[in-house]
Amino acid sequence: MNKCAAEVVQAGLRRRYAAERRFRLYGLAAVLVGLLFLAALLVSIVSKGSPAFQQTQIRLDIHFDPEDIAPAGTIDPAELGRGNYPALYKAALRTLFPQVEERRLLADLYGLMSSGAGYELRARVLENPSLIGETHSLWLPADDEVDIFAKRWAGDEAGTERLSRHEIAWLERLGEAERLETRFNLRFFTSGDSREPELAGIWGAVVGSFFMLTVTLLVSFPIGVATAVYLEEFAPRNRWTDLIEVNINNLAAVPSIVFGLLGLAVFINFFGMPRSAPLVGGLVLSLITLPTIIIASRAALAAVSPSIREAALGMGASQMQMVTQHVLPLAMPGMLTGTILGMAHALGETAPLLMIGMVAFIVDVPDGFGGPATALPVQVYLWADSPERAFVAKTSAAIMVLLGFLLVMNAAALLLRRRFEKRRS
Amino acid sequence: MNTANVRMVAAPDGMPVVDRKEEGRRKPLVEVREQPTQATRVPAQTVGRATVDDPVMTTRHVNVFYGDKQAITDVSLDIARNEVFAMIGPSGCGKSTFIRCLNRMNDTIESARVEGAITLDGQDIYERRQDVVALRARVGMVFQKPNPFPKSIYDNVAYGPRIHGLADHRIELDEIVQTSLKNAGLWDEVKDRLQAPGTSLSGGQQQRLCIARAMAVSPDVILMDEPCSALDPIATARIEDLMDELRQNYAIVIVTHSLQQAARVSGRTAYFHLGHLVEVGDTDRIFTNPRHKLTEDYITGRFG
Repeated sequence: MNKCAAEVVQAGLRRRYAAERRFRLYGLAAVLVGLLFLAALLVSIVSKGSPAFQQTQIRLDIHFDPEDIAPAGTIDPAELGRGNYPALYKAALRTLFPQVEERRLLADLYGLMSSGAGYELRARVLENPSLIGETHSLWLPADDEVDIFAKRWAGDEAGTERLSRHEIAWLERLGEAERLETRFNLRFFTSGDSREPELAGIWGAVVGSFFMLTVTLLVSFPIGVATAVYLEEFAPRNRWTDLIEVNINNLAAVPSIVFGLLGLAVFINFFGMPRSAPLVGGLVLSLITLPTIIIASRAALAAVSPSIREAALGMGASQMQMVTQHVLPLAMPGMLTGTILGMAHALGETAPLLMIGMVAFIVDVPDGFGGPATALPVQVYLWADSPERAFVAKTSAAIMVLLGFLLVMNAAALLLRRRFEKRRS
Repeated sequence: MNTANVRMVAAPDGMPVVDRKEEGRRKPLVEVREQPTQATRVPAQTVGRATVDDPVMTTRHVNVFYGDKQAITDVSLDIARNEVFAMIGPSGCGKSTFIRCLNRMNDTIESARVEGAITLDGQDIYERRQDVVALRARVGMVFQKPNPFPKSIYDNVAYGPRIHGLADHRIELDEIVQTSLKNAGLWDEVKDRLQAPGTSLSGGQQQRLCIARAMAVSPDVILMDEPCSALDPIATARIEDLMDELRQNYAIVIVTHSLQQAARVSGRTAYFHLGHLVEVGDTDRIFTNPRHKLTEDYITGRFG
């Protein structure tokens, strides 16, 4: 290189390095923007959702009056179940606030408690009939508006506008008497949906999602892996397999609600499967997950080094021995990752479930694959749609639970991958 | 093959340019080749004696096509028992394609088509009745790149006997593994760590492991496709010594790019050129007195 060329290079160097620095900065900026949005999302969800893990409760001295709940001194559960349990906490409230007599005010006073308080008392009595006639000091759930008020009390005045002045006065009295407390909301994790925000829980949706994903996994993993192995290892390359391949790739891009309509038409209308059932939901989600699993599995199979195939075939292994003994084990980490990512996708899928009736309001925790159930993302959708203010926190809390499950699944994918790779190396 | 008069001429700035007279035709710059003279054309008939008296494998008029492209043209050749048979020739001359016909590894390539007759102990291996699995148990193969399974050393060697059901007991299997590793000259290096992964060995050891693996099923023929091209000279020397010992029990067919290696290890040598078998003969004769101009050019380093 002559001197002249060296000078030209020298002159251009600074511009080249500047371009490189700029390029790096663009990349860094893109990452930072992404992180910023993620952080904003998480902060918003956590700050909105965390109050839902706490629930305001009121301590009342309940006298289990046989007059109200066991008229004839019966201990027959059917008879006990029909008792007038709300009367118990209403009586306890009247004892605490004897000066309230006007009818309208009394209704407001009773309204401090959640309607779930009566159900809870009933459950206690049915579980232990010997309570009848005794008096116990019990923490019972408060109404959702009381809950919001109690959580914001310490801070500003916001949130108090829904309660009248006398209601606030009663709550202050209860607070002074140490009868008002926000405690950990176990009910949120153990019960199903409810129209009352303070009674609504996520467990029904969690179980529904679990049943559904079980079906999805059992259906889509074997079919997906078998399809991938056949197409990649055994099928001849001709027009038909090309057609199948193109179709599988296209299916991966079909909007999920279309699969929901398909499920409605085929599984429910044609095969007569029950509506709102995890079985149908799982089958529909399998259809959505299958292309993902097939594509990931095929990529994993294609990535297995040809030298291993040659080694096995050269030893006289049959095509199937080569696949099952050498190729599949090496491709398994990639297949599992694809499957779990597909399952995570399925876990968050809402639209197709709306089509097959899983959007129904279901209070009971599902007990099987055929019964009515709802799923986590649908629960989020339902709660986000509900008018009560307290459901705002519930929605965010449900999203947190959903994200938690996604994290667990992705971590599982990572761990499985690590373990397989360690074993093979 | 594009044998047209395409030349690259060094222009003053170092950029290759096409001859002026070629410009109108826009032929791609594939090969830089002299116009072949009569003497450097491939011969119509293979030079030298390609047959032996007691062959273990024979090939007659073998043609191989990859789709429309012919890779091997009319190759007839015998492999004798207990010999090391070397195949040499420039890249793309078809020697690897040919060796892969001998245990039907070309079956795995969809577009490949083999014509002609190849026999093993008189039995046509491309016959419909012939099972590839059984064939490959008798004709083992060692590849260019060492490719041990990602399993333990023991399992690598035991794999063949296991899938073919050659050992009834664990003790028998242990014995096969030990003998094979000893014959491959690897036993002393790995006897204390048979459960270590085969991939943890060095390149030369891995290749000897692959040879042991191929021997464990007691084949009649072992095919070696450039077995030393990924190895250093010391590992290469060990494998060459090994081949000389293995000759006692097996017929070995080796493809190599190293002329010295062919000269050192083989008894007979075949020279391939553009899919044709140009010349076959005793290795000493081929290297000292090649009869065909192409063989001579290749051996003396004129091209290739």
